[in-house]
Amino acid sequence: MLEIKNLHVKLEEQDKVILKGVNLTVETGKVHAIMGPNGSGKSTLSYVLSGRDGYEVTDGSALLDGEELLEMEPEARAAAGLFLAFQYPVEIPGVGNMTFLRTAVNAQRKARGQEELSAGEFLKVVREKAKTLKIDAEMLKRPVNVGFSGGEKKRNEILQMAMLEPTMCILDETDSGLDVDAMRLVADGVNALRDGKRSFLVITHYQRLLDHIKPDVVHIMADGRIIQTGGPELALVVEQNGYAEILKAHGIAEAV
Amino acid sequence: MSAVEKATPLDTRLGALEIPAGSFAAKARRAALDRLTAMGLPGRRDEYWRWTRADALSAADPVPAAPFVTDEVPVFDGLDRLKIVFRDGVFDAAASDPFALEGIEITRLAEAPELGWAAGFYGSLEEAGQTPVKRPFAALNTAAATDGVLIRVTGRPSKPVNLIYIHESDVSDPILHHCVKLEPGAELTLLENGPAGARFNKVLEVEVAEGARFHHVRAQGRDHERRAVTHIFARVAERGLFKSFTLTVNGVLTRNECVITLAGDDAVAHVAGAALGDGAHADFHHDDTVFITHDALNGESRQVFKKVLKHGAIGVFQGKILVKPGAQKTDGYQISQALLMDDDSQFLGKPELEIYADDVKCSHGSTTGALDETALFYLRSRGVPVEEAKALLVLSFLADAIDEIEDAALKDEIVARLEAWLARHRG
Repeated sequence: MLEIKNLHVKLEEQDKVILKGVNLTVETGKVHAIMGPNGSGKSTLSYVLSGRDGYEVTDGSALLDGEELLEMEPEARAAAGLFLAFQYPVEIPGVGNMTFLRTAVNAQRKARGQEELSAGEFLKVVREKAKTLKIDAEMLKRPVNVGFSGGEKKRNEILQMAMLEPTMCILDETDSGLDVDAMRLVADGVNALRDGKRSFLVITHYQRLLDHIKPDVVHIMADGRIIQTGGPELALVVEQNGYAEILKAHGIAEAV
Repeated sequence: MSAVEKATPLDTRLGALEIPAGSFAAKARRAALDRLTAMGLPGRRDEYWRWTRADALSAADPVPAAPFVTDEVPVFDGLDRLKIVFRDGVFDAAASDPFALEGIEITRLAEAPELGWAAGFYGSLEEAGQTPVKRPFAALNTAAATDGVLIRVTGRPSKPVNLIYIHESDVSDPILHHCVKLEPGAELTLLENGPAGARFNKVLEVEVAEGARFHHVRAQGRDHERRAVTHIFARVAERGLFKSFTLTVNGVLTRNECVITLAGDDAVAHVAGAALGDGAHADFHHDDTVFITHDALNGESRQVFKKVLKHGAIGVFQGKILVKPGAQKTDGYQISQALLMDDDSQFLGKPELEIYADDVKCSHGSTTGALDETALFYLRSRGVPVEEAKALLVLSFLADAIDEIEDAALKDEIVARLEAWLARHRG
């Protein structure tokens, strides 16, 4: 369970406040979606939760299964069960995808006091999981995300998620840059990981991803806060009417 | 600077040297001494030595340097190879393998009273390499080298030859000179490793005949305090291939010069280097100076040099591609990059192209940057601890250079060295 309470965040280098009191609880096994216009603070929330530099938390807390995330290094958050699927997965030339995956899996196992996987064991698991995501052996051998298409990069993110088995997954605009088929493949990958114990926070601009990954709860974020929360039908309202009405109702000027 | 002033350090230097007597190469040694006397040692105003101070290399005696003591297994130890060991520059017969390998003839310089093929070869590529830029330490080496190996390759030996340079004495000052001649169609992998001494001057001359292939992988040793000036002179004939990779970790001063001429059509020359320095332990100054001349049709050359610098370490790259008139269809590529791990470190680069043919493809690039914060966060967000993540990104940065090593087992040996260095130099 992820409990975000009164989270206030500003940019470290500038006097710019991005998050102005976010309150959000994602219960164990649930899928929550956050929608919102550009500049509402959605991506910042995902970065702050996963520990990226450049942000200063001025107030509030974020507990993952009772543990304060905000005081941990990014790698410790990962070991605690948090996973962020990047909007723009990073290319790392010269580091094989397989090496990267094994390093990550074993680093987490080590941090949790588990035994590291042998090369053979690892290979077996990764091949199996890659297959369901239609990731071929060639893609596993190539350097991390180098030369991958937009769809391949996102599938690679889901493969990492599948390998690392986090308890709390954040998907930051995973649908961006994907065609319908690629989106379905990614959504299937995510849905396969829904097991009633794993929680998801799906950040998106559009409702269409939520056709494939059905949320339990939908939040609308604007101006650094959650301004409205509802069921899956809220996403449909946004899809039909846009954000303007909701923003107006909350007295927020429309973002540029 | 007047000639009189310039002569003084050279006189001092030469005064401390003993030019080996004996018939072999006596003429070449005398000629080299004349060359050296004419050019003098590099001065402070010497443009070619603008970023690297030659004083410690020119001085009569070496600055004492302690060997780096470690229980790590030396590089290449796990490989099947023919070992030739020099201890502080002195040949160690007991530690070396017999010079018996099919397709190859090996003789020691110090033991070659008369050697047909080498008599005219010794010093010849060094001499040719003195134009258009003077390389005094190479001339000094040809004149005064006490030993080295003379290798003639007639076939394809089943294993690499490994020159191992052990450093034991704090004041050792070895000067070694090797000659390698690959006959048409022959192939050799030459490995070199170890710091050799407190101060090391080494020349390697390589003649690659038609269709022959030469692979060179070198690791210069981990001693922090050592100094070294090395030269590779190579001449590559038609369809010949020359590939050289150097790993340098640590060292107060290293100047590696590489002078290659693509003399025959369709010749290929690749020279690459990865240098890692951490000024927290001792000063680190590493200089790669490369001069590649295209003097035939359809030649391909690549220079790939990467440096990882921290705590005030200094990296220098001077790389030139000269395309002579008529060397059409030349494909020349050069990249030099530095990864600065902090604000104290420094990289100085001088890429040069000089082209006298009109149908050529030449490119060069030089970059200096820090670790990519986004990539670092990406790795950490996957649970990789920060120091391990940094090490992965350093290996990622070095990948292009390491990929110049064709043999997978050799590549693994070099990567293992890199990983060990990165593990020792965290933070």
